[in-house]
Amino acid sequence: MSRLVYLDNNATTCVAPEVRDAMLPFLTDLWGNPSSMHAFGGRVMRHVEEAREKVAALIHADPSEIIFTSCGTESNNAAIYGVAEILGPQARLITSRVEHPAVLGPCRHFREHGHTVIELPVDGVGQVDLAALREALFGGHGLVSLMWANNETGTIFPIDEIAALVKSVGGVFHTDAVQAVGKVPLDVSRTPVDLLSLSGHKLHAPKGIGALYVRRGTRLKTYMIGGHQENGRRGGTENVPYIVGLGKAAELAAASLAGEAAHVAPLRDRLEAGLLATCPDARINGDTRHRLPNTLNISFEFIEGEAILYHLSDLGICASSGSACSSGSLEPSHVIRAMGVPFTAVHGSIRFSLSRYTTAADIDTVLDHVPRVVAKLRALSPFVTT
Amino acid sequence: MWDYTDKVLDHFRNPRNVGKIEHPDGVGTVGALACGDALTLMFKLGPDGRIAEVKFQTFGCASAIASSSVLTEMVIGKTVEEAGTITNKQIAEALGGLPDQKMHCSVMGREALEAAIHNYRTGETAMRHLDERIVCTCFGVSENEILRITRENGLSSVDEVTNFCKAGGGCGLCRNEIQKLVDGVVAERTQTKTAPAEAPRKLTNLQKIKLIEEIITREIRPALQRDHGDVELVDISGDRVTIAFRGMCAGCHASETTRHSLIEAKLRECVSPDITVVEEGKS
Repeated sequence: MSRLVYLDNNATTCVAPEVRDAMLPFLTDLWGNPSSMHAFGGRVMRHVEEAREKVAALIHADPSEIIFTSCGTESNNAAIYGVAEILGPQARLITSRVEHPAVLGPCRHFREHGHTVIELPVDGVGQVDLAALREALFGGHGLVSLMWANNETGTIFPIDEIAALVKSVGGVFHTDAVQAVGKVPLDVSRTPVDLLSLSGHKLHAPKGIGALYVRRGTRLKTYMIGGHQENGRRGGTENVPYIVGLGKAAELAAASLAGEAAHVAPLRDRLEAGLLATCPDARINGDTRHRLPNTLNISFEFIEGEAILYHLSDLGICASSGSACSSGSLEPSHVIRAMGVPFTAVHGSIRFSLSRYTTAADIDTVLDHVPRVVAKLRALSPFVTT
Repeated sequence: MWDYTDKVLDHFRNPRNVGKIEHPDGVGTVGALACGDALTLMFKLGPDGRIAEVKFQTFGCASAIASSSVLTEMVIGKTVEEAGTITNKQIAEALGGLPDQKMHCSVMGREALEAAIHNYRTGETAMRHLDERIVCTCFGVSENEILRITRENGLSSVDEVTNFCKAGGGCGLCRNEIQKLVDGVVAERTQTKTAPAEAPRKLTNLQKIKLIEEIITREIRPALQRDHGDVELVDISGDRVTIAFRGMCAGCHASETTRHSLIEAKLRECVSPDITVVEEGKS
């Protein structure tokens, strides 16, 4: 296979070399339990707390407001379960149709148990309907869970406005910021979110580590009951190497945030312009005015996403698709469908997601190959008439 | 990634017989853009009456393209009668097998071939008779097609049917109906093997309660929840089922229609024709 061009960073990212180096001592010499009453274990605790400070700093939180979890899905489950259980079955759960399954799943679980769950619609670019949110909040407050940025399209919700709206009626606001953290600046000291989920492997830490920000004073039922770890809010011996890795990744992300906009966004924009210019019947999915700097979701009409991905994979290019076949189900992406993308384009949606390691040469390779793949599949398609 | 055989990948990467034929003897088109795959297959007969040329165009995933491509190779040189006996199983076997969830690609190949042969014999372009009953409205799959696929491939579950023809893979509302069709075919199978099956047993009270609960949870509540409504099962006494509307259904002016046309009709169909559904406090 030719050189790997990895443009699937919203799925997962490479572990940064600095992160790996920071973790290694905790897989070799420093393997003690941070809770132990001996210096060998105890000195590990300092590193856990340093990591907590770095994660907190990335989103401008207080370290005491950070709970380490095993992944973004756990953080989302912990937030929704933890709040819904406290508020009781009268509380409404308000979310959107384009959330990640790790939010929609728990919400629908609570619907089975008597909660009223409202899934807000989105418009053609994937923006949430704020009028519908206002209406839903008017009918009774509860927990609102809306993502900071969408994993498939990169569309960024107006979180400042949403948070202010929810807090003005006394609701609890959780945001799944798994895709936003490390890509755009987040500041919980200015944005009144109560809970925020993040995931390590989306920002160059390894898989298996995440965090939940819980604003001080937010009532949350403990979902993983066990020892006193994480101040009793999440039992289980600390995953020290990965916590240290997440800390390092957060530190690196904070340092590269400005570069993200200056380096990644222009590469993404060049990719977008190039593909639109060279591929017939291509259209962008998502809100190009409010979008993550690294994400491009583009539909190639009349051809199918899985076929595109397999050809790209043969060429060493990694991307992803919202087509039914590539998801393993028969229905195409719930996000693309919720946006009302015409069915001629639904199955041919491809997501390219860049990172700070993406190079200009990577983009050149994609711009070189994709038009040929598209042409090859269009020649096969019964729906292409020209 | 899917566990595709080398044969599938070869036919996907280098599809055979792509394109169109001018003045073909038979053309068949199945599938649609909205469904995620579609295939147009056409053939021309040689002077010896055998299929001399086949061309295809496919909109679909790697295995849909590979299934179409391998089918063209299987058809060339055959008489129309011989080609008409090709089954979806044979298409899948020619590819060294397909992942379970991709078996519908082989069915699409067989369907397009049949449509092309039908077109050659009758000049008609549509295969489906208007009076055929559609079971899966998401993917437009008829009762006859489900029965046939279940019989031909020895299927015994709804999930298998979904893998083979997509039926039941959309909104899921027809899954109960597919289950009944599958049960029927499975019964045929055991019947032909053994003595005639005994008449269906009457449900015990406990079985009936469980079935009602299951239908409300699996079929009725998801339908109401899509409109932000909901329903709760309050009591079952004999054939009398008491429910309470929740969410947007509570106080909805159409809830009487929902009670009668959706809930009662569904329970009468699936459980017993004697069922009556009443709303709590409204008997």
